[in-house]
Amino acid sequence: MSTTIATRDKAPRRRGDVIFAGIARGAGIAILVALAGVALFLTLEGFPALGASGAALDGAANFLDYVWPLVFGTLLAAILALLIATPLAIGVALVIAFYTPRRISGVVGYMIDLLAAVPSVVYGLWGIAFLGPQLKPLYQWLEEYLGFLPFFAGPASSTGRTILTASIVLAIMVLPIITAISREIFTQTPQLHMEAAMALGATRWEMIKLSVFPYARSGMVSATMLGLGRALGETMAVAMVLSASGVVTFNLISSTNPSTIAANIALNFPEATGLKVNALIASGLVLFVITFAVNFAARAIVARTERERS
Amino acid sequence: MAKSIDISDLDIYYGDFLAVEGVSMSVRARSVTAFIGPSGCGKSTLLRSLNRMHEVTPGARVDGKVVIDGQELYDPMIDPVEVRRQIGMVFQRPNPFPTMSIYENVLAGSRLNSRKLKKSEADDIVERSLKHANLWSEVKDRLGKPGMGLSGGQQQRLCIARAIAVEPQVLLMDEPCSALDPISTSAIEDLIHELKTDYTIVIVTHNMQQAARVSEDTAFFNLAGAGKPGRLIEFNPTKKIFSNPDEPATEAYISGRFG
Ligand SMILES: Nc1ncnc2c1ncn2[C@@H]1O[C@H](COP(=O)(O)OP(=O)(O)OP(=O)(O)O)[C@@H](O)[C@H]1O
Ligand SMILES: [Mg+2]
Repeated sequence: MSTTIATRDKAPRRRGDVIFAGIARGAGIAILVALAGVALFLTLEGFPALGASGAALDGAANFLDYVWPLVFGTLLAAILALLIATPLAIGVALVIAFYTPRRISGVVGYMIDLLAAVPSVVYGLWGIAFLGPQLKPLYQWLEEYLGFLPFFAGPASSTGRTILTASIVLAIMVLPIITAISREIFTQTPQLHMEAAMALGATRWEMIKLSVFPYARSGMVSATMLGLGRALGETMAVAMVLSASGVVTFNLISSTNPSTIAANIALNFPEATGLKVNALIASGLVLFVITFAVNFAARAIVARTERERS
Repeated sequence: MAKSIDISDLDIYYGDFLAVEGVSMSVRARSVTAFIGPSGCGKSTLLRSLNRMHEVTPGARVDGKVVIDGQELYDPMIDPVEVRRQIGMVFQRPNPFPTMSIYENVLAGSRLNSRKLKKSEADDIVERSLKHANLWSEVKDRLGKPGMGLSGGQQQRLCIARAIAVEPQVLLMDEPCSALDPISTSAIEDLIHELKTDYTIVIVTHNMQQAARVSEDTAFFNLAGAGKPGRLIEFNPTKKIFSNPDEPATEAYISGRFG
């Protein structure tokens, strides 16, 4: 054992290997440093806000009271967006991977990827000018017929700029990433496993259930979590679409909506001074922690399914 | 329930490439038929055209007739999914469903056929199929464990159990022993001997002794050259093929003088 290691240490190392290892290591360290720097900055600058109260926190008694509605809004919008986007994205990915001829599926895949290239300001404008007004009748209908559910208690917003509209815009924004990753994984399903199912007389959908989903499960979870990460942090579109008043409510269609951390920072930072800046930065730290936690959870889920498989 | 297969003038294509040309032969019911021949001569391709797995490959198609017990296999009214439920297939590399337990692997086909299986029925199917595949005694204490946890030979027998669990009319096997050690191979050959009382079996093999040991009839395929389609050279009872073949090419291939 020790002799092998010794010979390996003494063996001549190629220059290319050394340079590449150096570059790779440098890049890895740079990421860690950047991350630590961001965390440090957020913590130091955000710290003063913890003791603040009143005006700097928009009238909230303490920082927790201030940030909680924002956390709530952030999670609500992101989760709604995922509830809409995930089934849609997986459906689209399945269609592209298994139900369309290769020529057509290439075009569809390309168009989905284009969705990711649209700037979020454009989504914001589209949400305000088109989607919101279009959804107004739907919200009125929901209020009238499903108003007994807390989600649709109303009164229906007159502009359509509700948290549900914002979530739909977010859903469209996270659709491409979930679709692209899911499709990639679906197409990597081993031929052998797909043929195992088909040889038993599985229809295409049964084949997908028997072979593709079990294989792609952890990848689908990661894809969704990446989408969640994007939805949590998305700023412009939400800031533009949402008519926010910082309440905590599950009412999805009214004109008083919870705000999100990112949108709140974008809207208030330009005019903020003094402690108010610290409060916004502290809320940024909270968002940072949430995103981190989401990613960790995703890794844990993926790792667990991998372990189950082996 | 075993059925005979009549193939006439079958041409098999991958896109524009003609892989197998003009095959006509009759596979007898309740017997073992072996396909032998050099690599690339289209044995797997022909085998896969017998349960309509061939057309799963994009662009792949078939010209000609395959009749199974009076029923035209490539009739436009025939649903390929239905065909595959009645014709089982075992692949060269064992392919149990990786996330499923041994128990669920055996039941996969039955679950496709009928959604609601009673627990007792399911237990019966699993036990009967695994016993039939000579695997029961080795796995009966760990039916809930993943199928991937078995050895290669056990996995292959699990795949055979999965294929026969639905009691197919025909069992197609593509080099089922090529990844296995001699002991597992002989276990599977014994199994083929037992199974032929109930099933029509077609087996592709590169192992001459195996073809001689397990089959009643043997079909020898060959290629005229690279890029040329594979053809059926000789189809005769195995005894005749291995003692006194009609074609010199068969003789040359079997005796190892090849060219
Ligand atoms: N998916 C495919 N697409 C295009 N051509 C294929 C495909 N599969 C096989 N072929 C071609 O068809 C011919 C027959 O192949 P096949 O796999 O049936 O040979 P085989 O007799 O089973 O060979 P082996 O003994 O090596 O398994 C070969 O020329 C091969 O290149
Ligand atoms: Mg082959």
